[in-house]
Amino acid sequence: MSSYILSLHNVTKIFGRRLIFENINFEFISGKIYGLAGPNGSGKSTLSKILTGLLSTTSGKIEHKINDKVIDEDRLQNHIGFVSPYLVLYDEFSTIENLQHFCAMRGVEYNQEKVNFLLNEFNIYDRRNELLKVYSSGMKQRIKFIFAMLHSPNFLLFDEPTSNLDNLGKEKVYELTQKEAEDNLVVIASNEDSDLALCNEVINISDFKRGTPN
Amino acid sequence: MRSYFVFRKDWQSELRTRYAINALAMFILVTISVILFSIGQENISEYLTGGLLWVVIFFSAMSGLSRAFVSEEERGTTMTLQLVASPTVIFSGKLIFNIVLVFLMNIAITFLFIILFDSFIINNYSLFFAAFVLGNFGIAVSSTIIAAIISKTGSKGTLYPVLSFPILLPLILTLLELTKFAIDGELIEDSFVEIFVLISYDVIMLTASYLLFDFIWKE
Repeated sequence: MSSYILSLHNVTKIFGRRLIFENINFEFISGKIYGLAGPNGSGKSTLSKILTGLLSTTSGKIEHKINDKVIDEDRLQNHIGFVSPYLVLYDEFSTIENLQHFCAMRGVEYNQEKVNFLLNEFNIYDRRNELLKVYSSGMKQRIKFIFAMLHSPNFLLFDEPTSNLDNLGKEKVYELTQKEAEDNLVVIASNEDSDLALCNEVINISDFKRGTPN
Repeated sequence: MRSYFVFRKDWQSELRTRYAINALAMFILVTISVILFSIGQENISEYLTGGLLWVVIFFSAMSGLSRAFVSEEERGTTMTLQLVASPTVIFSGKLIFNIVLVFLMNIAITFLFIILFDSFIINNYSLFFAAFVLGNFGIAVSSTIIAAIISKTGSKGTLYPVLSFPILLPLILTLLELTKFAIDGELIEDSFVEIFVLISYDVIMLTASYLLFDFIWKE
């Protein structure tokens, strides 16, 4: 088991003249599930994007470490699995084609066995060759989890993971999240009580609007 | 190699959606038809035909090459790409796609000019070929980085030609000069200055693009 540590040092984000959050100091460690909570517009998605390297901070520093070695920014993508409502896959390709393209672009081997396992887990194996444009929003949400998990990342960040999912889908997500958290770092950004119930520790973003919390 | 896979994804996507290919094909057909109708039975000079060739190429590039990044932004797939590859890999993949598209487009335009315009007579093919290859590469590099810049803006359609014109102007002017030399049948040795201008343009644009892209790509 590799140890993954994500450290935040005085992380502040300001959009124009609007302060989103300031001076977040925290350390996320693998083997646990962390929650990011807060009301709508509090900055959960913004912090999620910052943690995954998609957005830069206004000030402060983010450090991703695996086995005490800092991960180079150019290699960060292959250590991260991200699910978000903003994530859009290619509608003109089938599930299989999407996953094949992503593996090739990531430079990782396309693992047919793992793809089949995840497709079966999310109950979409039978429709794997259909174009994504005919999928429902719930099915697209399930594909996003396969996209996030296929390359076996050490850090998984799920932003509103259960949106558009039915009860069976939610149960499957919770089951896989707990399984992934045994070896990896998992962060869930959500307002759903059932999502946050999985977490070992919950950070409320609203606490970082003014000054550092006690 | 990973850049090739970005290109392969784009190419397969293009063959399914026909975003850029259809726009380019229609633009080329319409422009050349309009030129032919407006000329009628009149004889136009060889230089003018050479100039018209680059006018058609410039505006065709404007109509199709921005798709490389604009289509990702419009479909909302930019973030997905950011998650799977580094900016350098993405830019290289998009550049390969635009190079292939520019060459296909310009070969088709040049071929149509050769068969439809009697006054389009090239007397030094090697000089025209050198200008054609270096020019196409320059157009592809410039168009790719401009497409990346405008994809993040609100008025994409208007901004693309506005931003492209001053950036592509030195390239187009040099290409017009070299095409004139090729029509006159001048020796390649006598056109070294213009060829070096093209090479310098390509190298500068390529270097600047790779340096700039990191800042453009990340929010």
